[in-house]
Amino acid sequence: MILYLMCFFLFLVGVYGAITKRDLIKIILAIGIMGYSVNLFLVLLAYRTGALAPILEKGFNVPMVDPIPQALVLTSIVIELGVTALMAALAIRIYQKYDTFDITKIRRLQG
Amino acid sequence: MPVDVWLYFILGFMIIGSIASLEIKNILSSIITIGVVGLGLSLAFLFLGAPDLALVQFVFEILCVIILIRAFAKRSIEVRALRRDVPETIIAIVILASIFVLSIFAFKDLPSFGKPIVRVAERYLAQAGVETGSQNIVTSVILNYRIYDTLGEVTVLFTAILGTFTILRKTGRKKRHAE
Repeated sequence: MILYLMCFFLFLVGVYGAITKRDLIKIILAIGIMGYSVNLFLVLLAYRTGALAPILEKGFNVPMVDPIPQALVLTSIVIELGVTALMAALAIRIYQKYDTFDITKIRRLQG
Repeated sequence: MPVDVWLYFILGFMIIGSIASLEIKNILSSIITIGVVGLGLSLAFLFLGAPDLALVQFVFEILCVIILIRAFAKRSIEVRALRRDVPETIIAIVILASIFVLSIFAFKDLPSFGKPIVRVAERYLAQAGVETGSQNIVTSVILNYRIYDTLGEVTVLFTAILGTFTILRKTGRKKRHAE
C-alpha cells in the first residue's frame, strides 16, 4: 500500500505543478508527471509476487504478471507522446502571439 | 533484493526528481530532469515484469525530451524569475495534503501489492499461446483480444499529429485571404 501512496503522491506533485505554476512549459511538464504516475499505478496493480514477464516459453510453467494493464498502458504511453507534442505546438503558437509563456499575461484568453 | 525495495528507491527518486524539475528556474535543466524521471519510470517497469513497456517508455522519454528541448530551449534559455503568489501556493499545498490523507482510506480497499485479482487475464495466460500463436501475451492482447483499443489509439495519435501539423504550419489561412 505504501507503494500506491507514493505513486499517488507523485500524481499530486503533478497536480500541484499544474495548478500553481504560471509558466506554460512547467504546466506541460506537470501534466507529463501526472501521466507517468497513472501509468506506473496501473502496472503496479498488475504485479504478482515472484511472477515473470508474460512471455511464453516451452517447459516453463511459472506464474506471470497480468498482461492486460500492460497492453493498455502501452497504448497510453504512445498517446501521451502525441498529446505532449500537441501541447508543445500550442505553447509555441501562444508564444509567437503574446511573446510570453506567463499565463497571467495572456490576457485575451481570459474567460 | 526484493522488488519492493527497488521500487521504493525508484519511486522516491522519481518524486524528488519531479519536485526538482518543477522548482528549478532554468527551463533547460527542468526538461532534462523530467527526462531523468521518465528513465526512472522505465527502470520501474523493468522491475515490474514489463519489458515491452520499459522499451516503449525509454523511446518515449528520449523523443519527449528532444521535442521539448527543440520547442522551448531556444526561447527560454535565460533564467526566468516569475513572481509567484505565496498564499495561492500555500492553499494549494494544504488542499493537496488533505486529499492525500483522505486517499489513504481509499487505497486500503485495493488488493495489496503483489496479490492482484487476475480473473480475465487467467484465460488469456492459459489460452493465448494456442489461440493467437504469439509468444508474447502483451502482443496478443494488443493485436488480437483488444484490437479495437489499438485502433482507437492509432486514431487518437493520428488526430494529435494532425493537430500539431495544423497548428505549426507556416502557410495558414491568412495567405489565402490576401489573394
